Amino acid sequence: MTGELYQRDRTWHPPALTPDYKTSVARSPRLPLLSLQNSDSELTGPTFGHGDIAAGDADLLSNYAQTGDPIGERIIVHGRVLDENARPVPNTLVEVWQANAGGRYRHVKDTYFAPVDPNFGGCGRTITDAEGRYAFRTVKPGAYPWRNWTNSWRPAHIHVSVFGTAFAQRLITQMYFEGDPLIPKCPIVATLKDPAAVTQLTAALDLNATIPLDTIAYKFDIVLRGHRATWFENRPEGN
Amino acid sequence: MVQKLDYLRETPSQTAGPYVHIGLSPRDAGFDIYDNQLGEDIAGPDAKGERITIQGRVLDGTGAPVRDVLIETWQANADGIYPGRGAVEDGFRGWGRVVPDAEGVFTIKTVKPGAAPGRHDTVMAPHLNLWLVARGINVGLNTRMYFADEEALNADDAVLNLIEQAHRRDSLLAQPDGDVYRFDIHLQGERETVFLDI
Repeated sequence: MTGELYQRDRTWHPPALTPDYKTSVARSPRLPLLSLQNSDSELTGPTFGHGDIAAGDADLLSNYAQTGDPIGERIIVHGRVLDENARPVPNTLVEVWQANAGGRYRHVKDTYFAPVDPNFGGCGRTITDAEGRYAFRTVKPGAYPWRNWTNSWRPAHIHVSVFGTAFAQRLITQMYFEGDPLIPKCPIVATLKDPAAVTQLTAALDLNATIPLDTIAYKFDIVLRGHRATWFENRPEGN
Repeated sequence: MVQKLDYLRETPSQTAGPYVHIGLSPRDAGFDIYDNQLGEDIAGPDAKGERITIQGRVLDGTGAPVRDVLIETWQANADGIYPGRGAVEDGFRGWGRVVPDAEGVFTIKTVKPGAAPGRHDTVMAPHLNLWLVARGINVGLNTRMYFADEEALNADDAVLNLIEQAHRRDSLLAQPDGDVYRFDIHLQGERETVFLDI
């Protein structure tokens, strides 16, 4: 059994209320969060196996192909899921979703002019291996406009969802691409106050992982909360 | 100079955005891609205990329903055992994923969890652990849903008792109403739900 999780640093994560990202104004609690010490309710979490997903789910170039390959820059996104102690997190579910090369999502609510790609769904999932590694193959998503300011454009990004082993490690984030000039303009990126946090969300071009004449690669490591050792523990009443 | 601490930093959170259903619940985004959409069956067919349905809405600070939310739930089985902490029934996952319908109403079908061991030999009243993500929510919101008809266990629950303003404990209680439990989540405002830093 593992110990409690390190406290989440909520000055590193974005705060709830970030008015330049307008939707956060009415969707952010005004009262402080109630801080708990972990119990089994937080330290356990769902597990997933290869019976839950299909082998091809991690290949977005083929998992929704109807008549051929999707149009766009063919990329591999790979990395490791680690904890704050730099230990790999094996056998954990990683899910991704994204727009197509033109910045259009395959979603009933996306009405952007850029067309859907008949051969691209835009979601994938995989389970990390024994060393915490994962990989997806996809097309690089395009930037897209959104109704925040009158001329707001999201940088190219892939949404990433990770479980870990405890429900309290649950994390959703977005991966950005090295060198994208939209990154410093985006009010969602700017919810992060520390430039180092933005750096941590920016995937590096990884030429060593490309397949020559085939697919270029980006590397994106994901870090989940670490477990602390319980060296000396008093046993106070209550929580 | 001091020695350097060599911890990594947790990957910072970002909002799930308006199209979270594409990735995590694609049928609700209007397309069929996976044979097995995860999170649709929390308890499985063999789970013991009382079958329950929970219905509610997530409301923003103006009182409008949040239709693009995605909720994940995590719970013990009817004996108070979390998967991974002991034997549970075949097919009991304890985890589920729900999204609201066009009116903003979400429905959770599961079994009522049992009381589970808490910290330091306490007992946790039956509850579901909930996690909410949506456009406009920068870090997923955690809360717990308890059952209003478990008065005795709720009265001793360590988490409910941590809430300093006693009347706010009600924001975590699902109310029995016929054959369903009603549980609305208020992101902000007068009836704001208690959210947790777990």
